[in-house]
Amino acid sequence: MRSVEPWVTEPLERFLAESSARLTLLMTSAGQVIAQHGFTRSVDVMTAAALGAAIMASTGEIAKLVGERSFLSLVHQGARQHVYLAGFDTPRGRWIGLVVFDAESTVGLVQLFFDRLISDLAAAAPRQAPEQQVLPENFERELNASLRALFGR
Amino acid sequence: MSNPVELLERLSTVRGLRGSVLVSAADGLIVAESLMTGVDGRAVAALAASLMNRLRRATECAGRKEPVFLQLQAQSGSVLATPCGAELVLVAVAGPDANVGLARLEMLEAAGRLV
Repeated sequence: MRSVEPWVTEPLERFLAESSARLTLLMTSAGQVIAQHGFTRSVDVMTAAALGAAIMASTGEIAKLVGERSFLSLVHQGARQHVYLAGFDTPRGRWIGLVVFDAESTVGLVQLFFDRLISDLAAAAPRQAPEQQVLPENFERELNASLRALFGR
Repeated sequence: MSNPVELLERLSTVRGLRGSVLVSAADGLIVAESLMTGVDGRAVAALAASLMNRLRRATECAGRKEPVFLQLQAQSGSVLATPCGAELVLVAVAGPDANVGLARLEMLEAAGRLV
């Protein structure tokens, strides 16, 4: 398990142990990866993050069409593996969780422990977010630092 | 197949039962429930279905075929569960004063009707 934000590590490890999820990705609603577990290639995690954020954005628009603020979660059921996607608010803004699970878990277990993960993250979040000014000259350095944190290289 | 809600309500008349829940075995989600307040049905459903799936694998590996009934005794009561075919699990939450023998009979009968 690797995380850009150190305070995310403990709640996410607890979630992974309890839910038996195979792959997990936490990202911002813009698709910026916060933490990942189970992915071995950076290209996979970036693709999954971009697609997960896009799915949440498009279903959010469907939610508005039917009079909902947003859908809480959605499940893609596969033959052997399934994907659980959920958006949630944190002290650092709106995040998205993408969880891949198989026959070792169930959607009920994933939902149950994901809700606990949301509570644990809210409790573990530092009181004050670090002030960050996004500058073009910092972008590549910060991107590389995030990739090192997520993949150890 | 009988009406699940009616069967759960009948189960709740057994002395000491705090409620029961019918769970989808494959996904751990509630199909029908009749629970007293203070019992987290969603958590009971997800965890009991997971437990029953693992028990099913354990009994099959031991050559004992399908599990028939589970009584998980805790310090302040029990969790009872029985499979209803391959797709459903009937779970009951019992207090320390529960008539577990009668609950078992009623649950097995209800499970037979739910298949």
